[in-house]
Amino acid sequence: MAATTDIKQLRIATRNCGFIDPESLDDYIAVRGYEGLAKVLTMTPAEVVEVIKTAGLRGRGGGGFPTGVKWGIALSNQADQKYIVCNADEGDPGAFMDRAVLEGDPHSVVEAMAIGGYAIGATLGAVYIRAEYPLAIKRLRKAIDDARAMGLLGKNIFGSGFNFDIEIKYGAGAFVCGEETALIKSMEGRRGEPVSKPPFPAQSGYWKKPTIVNNVETLANIPAIVIKGADWFSSIGTATSKGTKVFALAGKIVNVGLIEVPMGTTLREVIFDIGGGCPDGKEFKAVQTGGPSGGALAHKDLDVAIDYESLIARKSMMGSGGMVVMDEDDCMVSVAKFFLDFTMDETCGKCTPCRIGSKRLYEILDKITKGHGTKADLARLKSLSDSIKDTALCGLGQTMPNPILSTMDTFGHEYEAHVSQKKCPAHVCTAMLTYTINPAKCTGCTLCTKVCPVECISGTKKQPHVIDASKCIKCGACYDKCKFDSIIKM
Amino acid sequence: MSTIASLDALRARREEILARQKARNGKIVINVSLATCSIAAGGKVALEAMQDEVALNGIANVEFMQSGCMTFCYAEPTVEITLPGKAPVVFGGVDEAKARELVTEYVMKGEPVEGIIPVTYERVVL
Repeated sequence: MAATTDIKQLRIATRNCGFIDPESLDDYIAVRGYEGLAKVLTMTPAEVVEVIKTAGLRGRGGGGFPTGVKWGIALSNQADQKYIVCNADEGDPGAFMDRAVLEGDPHSVVEAMAIGGYAIGATLGAVYIRAEYPLAIKRLRKAIDDARAMGLLGKNIFGSGFNFDIEIKYGAGAFVCGEETALIKSMEGRRGEPVSKPPFPAQSGYWKKPTIVNNVETLANIPAIVIKGADWFSSIGTATSKGTKVFALAGKIVNVGLIEVPMGTTLREVIFDIGGGCPDGKEFKAVQTGGPSGGALAHKDLDVAIDYESLIARKSMMGSGGMVVMDEDDCMVSVAKFFLDFTMDETCGKCTPCRIGSKRLYEILDKITKGHGTKADLARLKSLSDSIKDTALCGLGQTMPNPILSTMDTFGHEYEAHVSQKKCPAHVCTAMLTYTINPAKCTGCTLCTKVCPVECISGTKKQPHVIDASKCIKCGACYDKCKFDSIIKM
Repeated sequence: MSTIASLDALRARREEILARQKARNGKIVINVSLATCSIAAGGKVALEAMQDEVALNGIANVEFMQSGCMTFCYAEPTVEITLPGKAPVVFGGVDEAKARELVTEYVMKGEPVEGIIPVTYERVVL
């Protein structure tokens, strides 16, 4: 058992994951499931909205918009039909917290949707979930069916006169459909493209009716807030960000996994105390938060207390909670290129800054990593990034340059080295690498000649060998094989 | 089964379930993490190996259950074992051999087995 001081995690959204059978309604009822729904049905919708506002819960999908305020807008908009939508279109590389909640505690999301439906006056809910999550879909479907069979969904829930039901809509795997207006278009059977706001979905959304779109993790917090109270929830976290956040730790970190910590926990605590630091004794270099929309945080940011504002102030963002850790062997220009490759693929193409801008940004980064970059390219990268941020239609395009801007800011010297000295300081960009043999260390054991796939290493036995740089394909096989550290990578 | 039509009915139902769970207290509960990723890492293999080992050794008072993500990706497959009167213990890296060892050593003799994952979180219980 760990000492108390080691306990940095607090599990609210993932409170039941791993503890209950997700396919058992009884298991959920045993942990006071559906009591939150029963409680709100004795309150007025305005009172429920007020509880969520007071709690200070903000959207966990990335933007951080206050959930209670969103609900309040939908409540005040009169309509014959309103909708509540659960956004389960989780798509950030390295993020899987929504799947974990849906596979581990689906009833908490079902209950929260019913609570939200009552609060805004919606009788119908929909979960928009990616089809690549078959087990999450299966467990969610069973949860909905079981709740309906027990009268916890359907007509006249708890004898209150409130009717509510949920359907499941499948996403086909387009990243942009996580953006709420694109998500709604996709639900309507149209092309998944965002539209400009306003009107916001809370005013005019699914089938032009007031619609609330809430993320899975946001919803998973709601039954706990209703039962334990808004004051309890708002006592956790920082001045502007209340409660906890689930993060998916991935990349070069010892304890890869899901964690849930109070807002205000420092990056140092997350990466070193909980995550265990980088494996193989390597030096921590950076962590990408917010997925392809976020930025890289480095050593200087380790003591930042994580919340929505502090991450934005450092050119990153909370995002859905992916944390990809990088160590000394990672090239930050290549990292930025990796994320741009992703957004370039995932841009929907509706607006020019995102469609063409992503391609141009990627091309410049590609040129730099191949050793053909110039100082003018760095200036272009920066100014193009700034214009895309200012002009793209939706969040995908507006945040797409973040990985570039944040790495240029913190690791500007790496970009400089790539263009001025044609060197990749992390020895990742193969176009700028050379392998040579240190004759003082080489024993002439000939091991390297045997692994070289292009036979570009020559020499006499027991004499120092040489690499023919004109033939070398920079695969690194000799470097890995040499027992005498005689091969130099630079 | 009748529906739950009021808060009182929900509470009564919960009491029933809790009483049933309490009756389970004398049993050994083996909880296997079976999220998509846990299954991919071999969670079902671990479950089947433990079920087989329990049957081979004729242990009667074992109850198996599945749960979702236990959050320890680095240590999948993970299994939580609760011996009567003891705190639940989560074991990581449970391949087939480890699964059988957990039954023969920890479940049958209460002997410690390597791979215990410490509790480093506080869980909100409603």
